[in-house]
Amino acid sequence: MTAAVDAPEQESWFHRNQQRIAPWLFLAPGLLFFMVYVIIPVFQSFNLSLYEWDGLGAAEYVGFRNYENLYWELYDRDAFYISLKNNLIWLILYLAAIPAGLFIALFLNQTVWGIRLYKSLFFFPFVISQVVVGLVFTWFYDPTFGLLNEFLGFFGLGPLNVLGDERFVTYGIIFAGLWPQTAYCMILYLTGLNAVDPEQIEAGRLDGAKSWRMLWHIILPQLRPATFIAFVVTIIGALRSFDLISIMTQGGPFGSSRVLAYYMFEVALSEYGFRMGYGAAIAVILFLIMLCFIAYFLWSMYREEKGH
Amino acid sequence: MHSMFKRTAAALAASVALAAPVAAELTGELRIFLDTSNPAPRATMEAMIERFAAEHPGLEIETTVIDREAYKTQIRNFLTADTPDVATWYAANRMKPYVEAGLFEDVSDLWAEPEIADNLASTKGAMTIDGKQWGVPYTYYQWGVYYRKDIFDELGLTEPTTWEEELANCQKIVDSGRACYTIGTKFLWTAGGWFDYLNMRTNGFDFHNQLANGEISWEDDRVKQTFANWKQLIDMGAFIDNHQTYSWQEALPFMVNGEAAAYLMGNFAVAPLREAGLSDDQIDFYQFVAINPDVELAEDAPTDTFHIPANASNKEAAREFLRFAVSADEQTEINNGANLGQLPVNAQSAVDEDKFLQQGFEMLSSNSPGGVAQFWDRDAPAEMAKASMEGFQEFMVKPDNADRILAKLERARQRIYDN
Repeated sequence: MTAAVDAPEQESWFHRNQQRIAPWLFLAPGLLFFMVYVIIPVFQSFNLSLYEWDGLGAAEYVGFRNYENLYWELYDRDAFYISLKNNLIWLILYLAAIPAGLFIALFLNQTVWGIRLYKSLFFFPFVISQVVVGLVFTWFYDPTFGLLNEFLGFFGLGPLNVLGDERFVTYGIIFAGLWPQTAYCMILYLTGLNAVDPEQIEAGRLDGAKSWRMLWHIILPQLRPATFIAFVVTIIGALRSFDLISIMTQGGPFGSSRVLAYYMFEVALSEYGFRMGYGAAIAVILFLIMLCFIAYFLWSMYREEKGH
Repeated sequence: MHSMFKRTAAALAASVALAAPVAAELTGELRIFLDTSNPAPRATMEAMIERFAAEHPGLEIETTVIDREAYKTQIRNFLTADTPDVATWYAANRMKPYVEAGLFEDVSDLWAEPEIADNLASTKGAMTIDGKQWGVPYTYYQWGVYYRKDIFDELGLTEPTTWEEELANCQKIVDSGRACYTIGTKFLWTAGGWFDYLNMRTNGFDFHNQLANGEISWEDDRVKQTFANWKQLIDMGAFIDNHQTYSWQEALPFMVNGEAAAYLMGNFAVAPLREAGLSDDQIDFYQFVAINPDVELAEDAPTDTFHIPANASNKEAAREFLRFAVSADEQTEINNGANLGQLPVNAQSAVDEDKFLQQGFEMLSSNSPGGVAQFWDRDAPAEMAKASMEGFQEFMVKPDNADRILAKLERARQRIYDN
């Protein structure tokens, strides 16, 4: 209290640099955990991918042989090829959740009695666990008593064994995944729509803009932030698609619904797996694919920040 | 799925008035990890451990029961850290990774004792790797064809013994609007059972073993013959449709409802069939038919086992427990119909009166001269088992892809056994 005036020149190093240190101090816990749980494991798994290891004995250094095997699997159109192909299908088709979510949001963005109830009903699939979604759709697709085949039966079609046919299985699972993902995108757009400027709509209306033109030129540009987030979560969701596959098909029939994340689990951690190095190699490939998107996201966020 | 800890020794020791003195008083703690998480096996094991505890009042026994599926991954952790003294597992190749990593104790000394050497000889091979024994079996069960006797009677069929009879029977069943066999291949291993039998009957036990060990090409003509035989059944519509979407339990109703006449399965299928309302007059059992008359019959009989982890702390007590578990009386008791309902491994034990156990025991002890296999996914290395069973499943759905599937398995073989 009284000593503060004592020695202004003898201020401690900490006091002199407080301004510069403080942000780092606040960042430190986050950085530490990010290093320990994300950055270091990334390098560890790259390192592990150069070994052959069953998780028990000594790891044997094999150089790039795991990657070489992956290449041959690609060449022979084996499991890795199928996983990669399915991942691509997931990436593309999963994006359908964005327009679907947008249209449901537009539809629900009105003031009718009880609209909150409708909104929450539409949001419901996102709240329930993916495991439940998987089970529900497994029964829906069931070839003997499933609702889908009952329905197809009305039109004299089917029966169709969606999850048992390698041509349809991936699409069947993606469709199940779209159910909660659409709800997620919808909620993002609903909040976005709240922020749409009514004056601009008014102005647009005066200029004669209607329906599609109104949506495209007035509403959508204002929803850009929501679209961006919806895009990010959908891409990440598509690349992480694991739980639905695990619940609905276990990668089957005969491995035709695998994606990289599931294949990695199968190889490294499942009952017949424990090839840690090979699993790590798949993880590295998946990481590299994700890196493309992450780089793109970071770049567009950076551009955004600079623009403001 | 969560563990259960139980301390029984003290309480029991107090209640049992001075049990017969044993050679050397065992003391300390004995920790036993079990994967027998289903209610009946769990109760059986706990009762057996209580009897063991009564004989050894000085021991403090701690039992942990882990969910059967979770156990398969947890074993890798607990064998290296916080190790129990006794752990359950499976015979043959399934124990190989742990044997090679030095995590299982060599118990050849137990197998040298006459009590075990004389009475457990039939399972010795399944417990042997590199000329040493790494554990003891405690139960096993037969595989074979469980069929609806009432449907067979209705169609005037008898139990087949040759491939021709089998095909003729099946044709009649198919003509009656049923499938001959129910099966659910979603989890793949059920198709492994079919492959085991078809290949062992076509090419014999030794060939089958060589194939599992990677010594024979998957594109070998003899393997193709196995698949050709299999294709005969598939093409005539012997199996239920959409089996790739069902688990083995989900395939049971087809047999219960009479839409399929039989099931190639392990003896554990009997209990759910009975629970579903089929009486013993309606279900019966026959040995898988001979296909190639030149090869001896061989059977699948998966064996469940006890092991002592290499890092165990009370190996002396663990050995005593293993001796106890395989003793004739205990084997009779734990495998009877009220308990595990399976076959005892000790030749001196009595087999339960249950007709399926009787037939299974009869078949394995006198009509399986070729040998006894564990099961495809226990005999073949894990990676090959996985790849091949996926191939079997694909083949059962698309039999015309046989050549492509076999080429794929051959590539897998060259990669897997090469390393």
